[in-house]
Amino acid sequence: MGYKAKFRVWRGEGGEGRLEDFTVEVNEGEVVLDIIHRLQATQAPDLAVRWNCKAGKCGSCSMEINGKPRLGCMTRMSTFAEDETITVTPMRTFPVIKDLVTDVSFNYQKAREIPSFTPPAGVQPGEYRMQQIDVERSQEFRKCIECFMCNNVCHVIRDHEENKPAFAGPRFLMRIAELDMHPYDVVDRKDSAQEDHGLGYCNITKCCTEVCPEHIKITDNALIPMKERVVDRKYDPLVWLGDKIFKRSRSTKG
Amino acid sequence: MTQTAADSPAPARRQRAQLKERTLRTDQWWRYPLVTFIIFTAFLVYATWAIFDNDFFVAPYHAPFASPCLAEAVCPEEAQLFGWAPLGDWYTWPPGLLILGLPAGFRFTCYYYRKAYYRAFWLSPPACAVNEPHSKYTGESRFPLILQNIHRYFFYAAIVIGLILAYDAVKALIEKPAGVGTWVLIVNAILINMYTLSCHSCRHITAGRLNHFSKHPIRYRAWGFVSKLNAKHQELALISMFSVMGADLYVRLVAKGVISFPFA
Repeated sequence: MGYKAKFRVWRGEGGEGRLEDFTVEVNEGEVVLDIIHRLQATQAPDLAVRWNCKAGKCGSCSMEINGKPRLGCMTRMSTFAEDETITVTPMRTFPVIKDLVTDVSFNYQKAREIPSFTPPAGVQPGEYRMQQIDVERSQEFRKCIECFMCNNVCHVIRDHEENKPAFAGPRFLMRIAELDMHPYDVVDRKDSAQEDHGLGYCNITKCCTEVCPEHIKITDNALIPMKERVVDRKYDPLVWLGDKIFKRSRSTKG
Repeated sequence: MTQTAADSPAPARRQRAQLKERTLRTDQWWRYPLVTFIIFTAFLVYATWAIFDNDFFVAPYHAPFASPCLAEAVCPEEAQLFGWAPLGDWYTWPPGLLILGLPAGFRFTCYYYRKAYYRAFWLSPPACAVNEPHSKYTGESRFPLILQNIHRYFFYAAIVIGLILAYDAVKALIEKPAGVGTWVLIVNAILINMYTLSCHSCRHITAGRLNHFSKHPIRYRAWGFVSKLNAKHQELALISMFSVMGADLYVRLVAKGVISFPFA
């Protein structure tokens, strides 16, 4: 059965703006993105929202709904009380282009700063032979749909704009972990994870994991294992001593 | 996904949505940090009292917060680990002071506890998508928080402490198998050791540091077992914290005579 819901939606360009109130029809089975589209169709034709698949797989409709980073297309209206006012705002960490649309180019810049997958010299595509158990850890991270809600919610950059140059954010620290764990990647990424991409800034408060729509265990399976690999490299004198005594390579790519 | 640089000449911070509210969350986001703060504070208060309480042994029970007892002057002979008391008559302070730094350090640098107290005590952040009150943040990238990286050393120490608590429990089982205190110590030893084995450093050491699991099948199986425990690390951290506090209090109450029924 339909009802009239109260919505407050951020309207404005380039960061300046205000929360605007709307009363809008809601029908059974609808999600927040449906309501935003109804607002466009009936009351605010110039309301800007980025969306694409409406199936939780493209990562386009990231927004903040009642203060929580969510995908608009995956947030059911049935999870709210009918008399509740629903506040919809753009992701806070990124600059606003218009209304709910943010400029997420920070993330693309960080992605470019990470050296890509590098197989051993002389091994051609098609010649890779890997056991499933060797790659399945990395495969969890490949579920990422790049909605960037983890980077948006991370307080390291959400609350401290000045940390953006030094910190890649959970999305790309996870990418580094994915490559460092890959059995066929030969680039050693531990020093750069700590020094160039700001792994030490992470204080593992797990908000990235909490908001991930793909339920990737970002903190437990990527960030903490990567922190432990950095400990091997930089902060463990026993490992250092063992490397010296047994003349081991400093790489832990065992 | 398309992206376009915003044209506004304003500084980057100004280009974000200029929302004045610290958070727009409408749920009870403050409950987790508040409950954590209360539980951890209660634990710290209890631990401080327990350290300075001298009723830590009543045969065959040994209070976990004072085990192992390493000082001759303050430890009854039965309470000494294999009769071993390396510190002589000169040491007259509470025995807990000698060893509690190790399990305390293990918990303080534990990845779960870090999350919990960064949120509850340092409000960094108090909850997801709730602004923190600090104007500057460098996290664990520099002194003093960079010292959190010594967690694995405390893990090695925690393994030893866990084994000693298991030894205390087995000793009690042999001497007083029907005693309630025996089973309190056994349950506590199991939970403490499960918490220790579920540690992220343990997971890394078993095989997490490897990239070719297939070349190390035994370590891979160990990693699988630790990973299952690790998924419950938070729960084990909290349950074992309550169990160690409960077991310690139980032994002290028996030692004081407050609990004195026949099978105590």
